[in-house]
Amino acid sequence: MPPQRPDPDRLLESLKEQEAAAKRGKLKVFFGACPGVGKTYAMLLAARERQAEGVNLLIGVAETHGRRETLQLLDGLPLLPSRKVEYRGRVLPEFDLEAALAAAPALIIVDELAHSNVPGSRHAKRWQDVEELLAAGIDVYTSLNVQHLESLNDIVAGITGVRVRETVADHVFDRADDVTLVDLPPDELLIRLAAGKVYLPDMARHAAKNFFRKGNLIALRELALRRTADRVDEQMRAYRTDQAIATVWEARERLVVCVGSGARGEKLVREASRLAAKLQADWIAVHVDDPELSEGAQKGRRQALEVLKLAEQLGAETLTIPGAHVAEALASFARARNATKLVVGRTLRPGPLRWFSGVANKLAETHPDLDVVLIGLEKGKPSHRPQPRPAATLPWSGYLWATLACAGATLLAAGLLRFFDLANVVMLFLLTVVLVSIRFGRGPGAWASLLAVLCFDLFFVEPRGSLSVHDSQYLFTFALMLAVALVIGQLAAKLRLEARVAVQRERRAMALANIARQLSGALKQDQIVGIAEEYLGPLFDAGVTVLLPDAQERVHPCGNRPADEGVAQWVYDHQQEAGLGTTTLAAASARYLPLKAPMRTRGVCALQPRHPAVFDEPEERRLLDACLSQIALALERVHYVEVAQEALVNMEGQRLRNALLAAVSHDLKTPLTAIIGLAGTLERDPSPQIRHELTAAIREEAEQMHRLVANLLEMARLQSGGTRLRKEWQSVEEVVGSALHQLRLPLARYQVRTDVPADLPLVEFDALLIERVLVNLLDNAAKYTPAGSRIRVSARRVDEELVVMVEDNGPGLPLKDADKLFEPFTRGESEPATPGVGLGLALSRIIVEAHGGRISAENRPEGGARFRFTLPAGTPPEPEEE
Amino acid sequence: MSPVRILIIEDDNNIRRFLRLALEDEGYQVAEADCARRGLIEAASRQPGLVIVDLGLPDDDGKSLIRELRGWLSVPVLVLSARDREEEKVAALDAGADDYLVKPFGVPELLARVRAQLRRGAISLSGGSSSQVSFGEVRVDLAEHQVSKSGQPVHLTPTEFRLLAALIKGHGRVLTHRQLLLDTWGPGYADRGHYLRIYMGNLRQKLEDSPTQPQYLLTELQVGYRLAGMRMGD
Repeated sequence: MPPQRPDPDRLLESLKEQEAAAKRGKLKVFFGACPGVGKTYAMLLAARERQAEGVNLLIGVAETHGRRETLQLLDGLPLLPSRKVEYRGRVLPEFDLEAALAAAPALIIVDELAHSNVPGSRHAKRWQDVEELLAAGIDVYTSLNVQHLESLNDIVAGITGVRVRETVADHVFDRADDVTLVDLPPDELLIRLAAGKVYLPDMARHAAKNFFRKGNLIALRELALRRTADRVDEQMRAYRTDQAIATVWEARERLVVCVGSGARGEKLVREASRLAAKLQADWIAVHVDDPELSEGAQKGRRQALEVLKLAEQLGAETLTIPGAHVAEALASFARARNATKLVVGRTLRPGPLRWFSGVANKLAETHPDLDVVLIGLEKGKPSHRPQPRPAATLPWSGYLWATLACAGATLLAAGLLRFFDLANVVMLFLLTVVLVSIRFGRGPGAWASLLAVLCFDLFFVEPRGSLSVHDSQYLFTFALMLAVALVIGQLAAKLRLEARVAVQRERRAMALANIARQLSGALKQDQIVGIAEEYLGPLFDAGVTVLLPDAQERVHPCGNRPADEGVAQWVYDHQQEAGLGTTTLAAASARYLPLKAPMRTRGVCALQPRHPAVFDEPEERRLLDACLSQIALALERVHYVEVAQEALVNMEGQRLRNALLAAVSHDLKTPLTAIIGLAGTLERDPSPQIRHELTAAIREEAEQMHRLVANLLEMARLQSGGTRLRKEWQSVEEVVGSALHQLRLPLARYQVRTDVPADLPLVEFDALLIERVLVNLLDNAAKYTPAGSRIRVSARRVDEELVVMVEDNGPGLPLKDADKLFEPFTRGESEPATPGVGLGLALSRIIVEAHGGRISAENRPEGGARFRFTLPAGTPPEPEEE
Repeated sequence: MSPVRILIIEDDNNIRRFLRLALEDEGYQVAEADCARRGLIEAASRQPGLVIVDLGLPDDDGKSLIRELRGWLSVPVLVLSARDREEEKVAALDAGADDYLVKPFGVPELLARVRAQLRRGAISLSGGSSSQVSFGEVRVDLAEHQVSKSGQPVHLTPTEFRLLAALIKGHGRVLTHRQLLLDTWGPGYADRGHYLRIYMGNLRQKLEDSPTQPQYLLTELQVGYRLAGMRMGD
């Protein structure tokens, strides 16, 4: 025997559960058999103890029903004010979830877990409020009666004759961290009742007499005790599992429940849920979607979907699988999912659900390896659930057409009889049956078969006009004809249905493939949003809005369609769907679905369908989910592309910064060294002649540094972003003059000429920045040409541009690739003899390009360098005439 | 004539020291203050002939100090400011400062500005009754609306003349765009900087030898204009 070690998958699962549980608040349920056992009292007592321990707690809801002892317990506990909700002219106090979340106590008391909230509240049920509190990390104490448990609802109704509408899904109870049974023997309860100490809700008051019979109370108490015992048992087993005490590691059981329609289906599902809970098994509720049902019996199908919904609430995985043969489809599905047991219902009488029993038998015959569990279903009462839609009308037109077709065939056959044998003419009727079956399906096909035989008898077999037959040979012909017509007709009809199903499936597959292909090419969020709107809209016949989060994690709609941002935000924060057709914020006009990607939720998709039922059709729903996850994946991919690009830009920026630091530190240190050295020499009091030279040198070095620092500051200002150009209509002449004035000392040893036409119109630019460009270009010219060289500044308007040139007759540019000059920290020579970072030209380029111009450098054919930049000329404003 | 007293309001020790050395070397008497509060006390007690104010004082933004000084002191105020704060300079000039120096600046520049401002103060003190003004080769008769350059009459349009007259009235002060626009065109034109640029261009064409390297009609980029080298009378 191999060593016993915990199943790694299960360990991982329990690890995940613990991790999730650590973040969640703890739920403690005070569980009782019926009203009046003292749940609220016990709960408040426990709360007081916790308060004494110093726990920060809050009373969210406590239903004291005016009982004095209970009221006394509330004394000194902080109470959350209730929210007043107006509903049908009455103001009702409701639990204020928002305020509770905002107050964020460590523990909150929320009585009556099964309570239904007033319509218009965030959630339909209080247990959903509690879920949200738990998710926010707040511990919750709550109370619950056994008859409010969803899966025990039927049984309690059966025992007491009172059906409770307010139910709590079992998984809420099962996931509670702690359940405290509040127990009171029936006799004592009856005494309390007689003493008037038990509050009776309005709804139950008339039924109270029946409800509080001793027999009922005993049964309810047993139910509550059992349910609690089940939990304890389960805990013990979980403990054993964790500690690897179990001797046998069996595979987790999996039940497959075959779901039919209506109230019987509901009972079947509830039974299956209990069975699954007892067996500790996962369970899957499956509805086999017989193509035949999509033809006429839409009603049954919708009921089945309702039942599936219930199963989902009870914790099942739900699925619709297509297939004409229920037994076959079920068996192959069960195999594929490795299910150990199949649960099917069994009715006592034949009827619309007859196939249940048939299915069970068939399964037992053909798949003896599968365990089939039969659930006895009583003769069904009509479902108490409202039908989502009226049943589709039967296709009477098909029968009409079938009749007409047979009449036509008879006329044609009468004509043909002159040329052909009767035996051949019969074929014409068979053809008619086939065509009718293909066009109108099974029912009209069968009808046509019958008609065809009748017409043949009436009009072609002696004696004509009568159903009686002389030649008994024809009886055989009729029988054969009917059989052949029926068989062919049914085959044709089936073919047609399968073709239709295939077409639908293909449509979905195509749609999914299309959207996937489109999304794979999308590079930006807007593209993805566009694709989502373009494809999902027509596919689900719905208005589509995609909401994406901003940097503050607030979602906003993209595009023009309005959306309820509040609902969308809730969906985004909780990663659960909400809105139309759900139990959360159901008043919204659209369904809001989270776009879940592997890493996190990427946004919210709001769908406003023309037929809300779209979301209940499992096929459509699966298609929708697939589409949404494709969209979410695409969003995530784009997000990471952006992240990667940003990282790349940052790296590039880092590299530049390092180069800048190196260059700047070199170029700052050089003049600094000179200044310090020169000043030191001055201290030794040299002759006046030398002193003069030294001070002039100090000043020159300092001014060089000043220009460098000015460039650095300007660069930093421009690159920090958010800097707006102070564009004004400026005179080029003034800016050139100002630049020359700034550089009058370094340029004193050069022959500077300017060529700016007097009639050059004003140009719109930021004067200080363009002055900086000119200063840099002129400074450059002075630095890289020997003293006495000629420097020329000129400006011209060429077409729609202002062209400014700074030329010299020095040694020219050493680089072949002159554009490189404008990259930061490139200098012509590798080891500079002249100070000044290549920063000047890089800054000039940034400035010129920010103005929408270009800057370039080249060698003049006649020798020397030429720097040239352009600015858009624009149309300067005309001053008013004098 | 007793030497002119100059008050330096500047918080940086080294700058204050070099200002004092340079000015004392020129024969001025120097008083110092390292904050706006002390500056006001010194200005009231010492009766300076010129005040140098740094715009970045620890206890004040300089502008309100200038406004306060202007309440009772008519002597020239010279402002020291950093190059990249054009709005600050404009605000200081509009508040009543007469000229500004951009840090870093050299001693010759400082002394030139101080001399110009003191000369201007002397002219306005003596009344400056003459309507004849000249700079370089240019002569202007404000009363007769006549302008000549190197003896040749120069024709100015009425607006050009008004603008020139406004600059002359400034006596070498830096006049902000706003001030010039108000003086020349009147209220309602204060935001039309391009008018100034066009008309200043015209004046430079007509009066300067090399308009891109002007000697008299000087541009203070993003701040305003100033007329340099002006003399009263012939």
